[in-house]
Amino acid sequence: MKPINEAMVSFLSRSANEGFARTAAASFAAQLDPTLDEVNDIRTAVSEAVTNCIVHAYPDSLGLVTLRLRLYGDNTLEIQVKDKGVGIPDVEQARQPMYTTGGADRSGMGFTIMESFMDKLRVRSTPGRGTVVTMRRRIARRAGAAG
Amino acid sequence: MAITCRTEDRSLYAAIEGELDHHRAREILAELDRQLDLELPRRLTLDLGGVSFMDSSGIAVLLRAYHRMNGLGGRLRVIHVPQQADRVLRAAGLDRLMELE
Repeated sequence: MKPINEAMVSFLSRSANEGFARTAAASFAAQLDPTLDEVNDIRTAVSEAVTNCIVHAYPDSLGLVTLRLRLYGDNTLEIQVKDKGVGIPDVEQARQPMYTTGGADRSGMGFTIMESFMDKLRVRSTPGRGTVVTMRRRIARRAGAAG
Repeated sequence: MAITCRTEDRSLYAAIEGELDHHRAREILAELDRQLDLELPRRLTLDLGGVSFMDSSGIAVLLRAYHRMNGLGGRLRVIHVPQQADRVLRAAGLDRLMELE
């Protein structure tokens, strides 16, 4: 299926950009006429994915994070967050609740939140080359909404 | 400051404001730890009424508060939890660990 709309933005892995990424995704999603809860779920999932890049992908350096947003005809929003950082050696382990290598400041719940707030979550990572997180969320069509 | 604290009769009240994400969690955690070390309270009330956004960084803050209060033999109350933060905290199962009001 081909996307009917797409937007892409790249930014440095500075924590100040977490808010920027959330807002960019929420603005793009606005064309789906989502409810406030749906927008908040999108903002939260994007925040988790981008924070992972900033904390884990580029632990001692700054690198580029790319956020790609796609809209499909069935009212599905696809969010892809990509980095060229250190990668995740064991994705399955990283996805376990409470698992973190981030120390006491991190809860280890990022992937759990992404999973529970999105319909689908796919994580592909190559150690030394980077990680791609792809999430999908279908937004319910609302009665009376413009097509 | 993203966190405002006041103490009365060994009860520490801490109000968190704004977006509680990774970018701001470190400052909040540091100030919370500083206040807990200073006051050694019997009760800690975390007021989340002013939180406009929270992600899993907020879970780490609440877990820290919970464990620190357990260590002090005191009680933690979390009040005025906004809807968005509530969804995040429940997805992480924090409602089974502490009362979210």
